[in-house]
Amino acid sequence: MGEMEQLRKEAESLKDQINAARKAVQDTTLQEAAAGVAVVGRVQMKTRKTLRGHLAKIYAMHWATDSKLCVSASQDGKLIVWDSVTTNKVNAIPLKSSWVMTCAYAPSGNLVACGGLDNMCSIYNLKGKDGNVKVMRELAAHTGYLSCCRFISDTEIITSSGDCTCILWDIETGTQKTVYAGHQGDCMSLAVSPDFNFFISGACDFTSKLWDIREGTCRQTFPGHESDVNAIGFFPNGNAVITGSDDTTCKLFDLRADQELITYQDSSVMCGVTSLAPSLSGRLILAGYDDFNVNIWDALKAERVGVLAGHDNRVSCIGVSADGMACCTGSWDSFLKIWN
Amino acid sequence: MPGTANIIAMKKIVQQLRLEAGINRVKVSQAAADLQQFCLQNAQQDPLLNGMSSSNNPFRPHRACSFL
Repeated sequence: MGEMEQLRKEAESLKDQINAARKAVQDTTLQEAAAGVAVVGRVQMKTRKTLRGHLAKIYAMHWATDSKLCVSASQDGKLIVWDSVTTNKVNAIPLKSSWVMTCAYAPSGNLVACGGLDNMCSIYNLKGKDGNVKVMRELAAHTGYLSCCRFISDTEIITSSGDCTCILWDIETGTQKTVYAGHQGDCMSLAVSPDFNFFISGACDFTSKLWDIREGTCRQTFPGHESDVNAIGFFPNGNAVITGSDDTTCKLFDLRADQELITYQDSSVMCGVTSLAPSLSGRLILAGYDDFNVNIWDALKAERVGVLAGHDNRVSCIGVSADGMACCTGSWDSFLKIWN
Repeated sequence: MPGTANIIAMKKIVQQLRLEAGINRVKVSQAAADLQQFCLQNAQQDPLLNGMSSSNNPFRPHRACSFL
């Protein structure tokens, strides 16, 4: 009894210490610092392509590094690799489990991965010798649903799960290299830093965590959201993290100042954020919402500067291509749209 | 003992908090300035920010010329 109470007190004291240390470096706000910068002019993008073919809700999409191909996952039980320019389907991969929640494209372009309520991450080789796309590995160890996955290389992938952990896998052996434990709620999404040394995770404990991939440790924890953190991404310079939550807001956290710098919210936005992606320079943050729209935010001024309206159901996923030329949205209406 | 697992979990939480309390923090003014600078420096190369002409847009169909 006594020891538990002591530990609780110590935890509270440390939390106070962290809050005080954050306040101590808060000599200004991003809003004040960016006061001299003009708000970005109205951003208007058009749907350039509509990718049709899925027969049910799309839950995830991910661009290939060539900025042309992309992969999408739908609960119609298919992974489709698209040529976004021609709208042709390059591959249509039938899945063992149709309850897919995430998909990823390897940086090399050789592999794709997906997973969901089967608690597994399945890796598919797109460049097999006989031209057929087959399951290469099934990574099983999570005791909860697979919410997100991202390749580090052709041999390593990181997954996040409803079991509150993230795992770094060795794809060749199909084994866990590192388990990242610490979240107190389902892990909903993850993003890898541009230098591949860190990753961030957002969870249903309302926090995001920064993890050192090789050390296996959590470096920093960012509280602030008032509900589940569904979406997460790195600011392009790797020094800040953007999150999207069921509390209807997006937030920017700076890693070096170890705190929230700004919140992207509007009284007219009353539904949860499902997905987000920054533009190439980081100046624009594109966020998908439950109300079928994408809101475009000026990252420095926290003002809404555009809306992408075109889907007939929730926008479940969004991604900006590596060359920054286009944004792709995926929706429960079963379509993907390419915008710029 | 049913309490031991809780104590072990709590010890981990305290250990993690100690780690996080000990990191160096940069002033917000510095962090904000760096973010701003990155945005402004890369603004010209950001196609979604600036828009692009149809000839530079891989997703915009070229007007096809046909020989009659």
